[in-house]
Amino acid sequence: MDHSVIEKNIGLMAVLIALVISVAGLVQIVPLLFLSETTEPMEGVEPYAPLEFAGRDIYVREGCYNCHSQMIRPFREETERYGHYSLAGEFVYDRPFQWGSKRTGPDLARVGGRYTDLWHEIHMLNPRDVVPESNMPAYPWLAERTLDGNSVASRMRAQQRWLGVPYTDEQIENAADEVDGKTEMEAIIAYLQSLGTAIQRNR
Amino acid sequence: MSAFWSWWISLIALANILACVWLIRWTARKRPGEAAEHETTGHEWDGLQELNRPMPRWWLWLFYISIVFGLIYLLLYPGLGSFKGLLGWSQYSAWEEEVADMEARTAPLFREFAEMSIPDLAADDAAMQTGRRLFGNNCAVCHGADGGGRIGFPNIANNTWQWGGSPEEIHKSILEGRQGFMPAFGGNLDEDELEEVAAYVFQLSGRDAPDDLASRGAERFANQCAACHGADGQGNPAFGAPKLTDDNWTYGGGMDAIMTSIRDGRQGRMPAQKDLLGEDRVHVLTAYVYSLSMDEREDEAEDDVEEADDAEDAAASIETDSVPGAERREG
Repeated sequence: MDHSVIEKNIGLMAVLIALVISVAGLVQIVPLLFLSETTEPMEGVEPYAPLEFAGRDIYVREGCYNCHSQMIRPFREETERYGHYSLAGEFVYDRPFQWGSKRTGPDLARVGGRYTDLWHEIHMLNPRDVVPESNMPAYPWLAERTLDGNSVASRMRAQQRWLGVPYTDEQIENAADEVDGKTEMEAIIAYLQSLGTAIQRNR
Repeated sequence: MSAFWSWWISLIALANILACVWLIRWTARKRPGEAAEHETTGHEWDGLQELNRPMPRWWLWLFYISIVFGLIYLLLYPGLGSFKGLLGWSQYSAWEEEVADMEARTAPLFREFAEMSIPDLAADDAAMQTGRRLFGNNCAVCHGADGGGRIGFPNIANNTWQWGGSPEEIHKSILEGRQGFMPAFGGNLDEDELEEVAAYVFQLSGRDAPDDLASRGAERFANQCAACHGADGQGNPAFGAPKLTDDNWTYGGGMDAIMTSIRDGRQGRMPAQKDLLGEDRVHVLTAYVYSLSMDEREDEAEDDVEEADDAEDAAASIETDSVPGAERREG
């Protein structure tokens, strides 16, 4: 075979290009879909509770991932500030994950429990009230808007049915009543307070 | 990682590298009917001719070098499935080393600090520089860069303390955290009654409030509030019940804020820092927080000394007066 055969046959060339490109994927991506380290939850990692689940959707809606990562890399400078480096098994119920790629604000992978609920509330309403030099936008509408319980429950149902998140039917049935009428502020705070708490952080 | 996936990764990765070698050899092969080097291949477009040029040497060598580099890398570092590499390096072992290095550098310093008492440490410049940085990184986000607090987060730069200002109590507050609990009285008291109690509390801190309101509030205060805040509003650090007789207000000292506190209650929480920072750093932080109120402590201590001196002088003068022969006897 001569290379001129490939050059003159666009279909064959497309197939061969796809083959070449897929090599890296076969080595780097495909095994991750099957390894227990990446597909099974770490001990103590539970699917998000309904209010946290609703808060997570608000986190995505508001685009928090544009400025906040949720991925602590194994460098001393990061673990010193944020806590234990992130592990794959912590993210199995994150669909889609919120690792992010840019830190205008700090990493939030282990922000759970670091601040009080009151701090988060003040911070969301106007970040400058607690961090004078902050350039984070204010999110005052979170305090006014309320959750629709049925919509939260149906989104949980979708994750259970299509993505295999192990919610029980009972959990989903109760979810609507549990979150209905709560503010988005409560939801996002509940979500933030749950982040990264499955790992004990000891110094 | 299972053996299957380990082999899968290793074989594909190595086959890929060998395929690169084969590709470069295969394309460089002389073919029958090929034009001689540097001769035209016969292709011509608008007077532009395609010559049969060999690939540049530098490019070819870089290609071979990167193949060799790849193989050496896979031999030394983890890359082929579960093979750990001859160097035994991993990002986690690198992290552990980095942490251990820093620990070895800082541990003697913190050990030295740990042996000093809080007041001594608070007077030590080097320790307080460390303390200021720890404070800036961990505490300032709620208590403010100067420790002056904000609405909802107590001022810890003065000598008024919700949970006690002794070195031991400050240490405990930071290490183990604190959970305040002011119950909500909105269910027991209607708005008028709330206003009465608030007016009394307003008056307690030395400000003017309508007397009729405040006096009615005083009675309710004695029944409902005094158990924690004390009969005279002096507070009780054992429950974290703040003193109400000064103008130090965590949640605001205006009538509205006081009424909100009584109606809805307050659940202030200081997060425990034990797992986040560890004992050594908390010790330094305790000293730093202690040092923030040093001026006030000294002023108060001076006042005490002056009072004591005054009392002593008075006692001495009484003594001299009452025992006329004292000086003579000593002389």
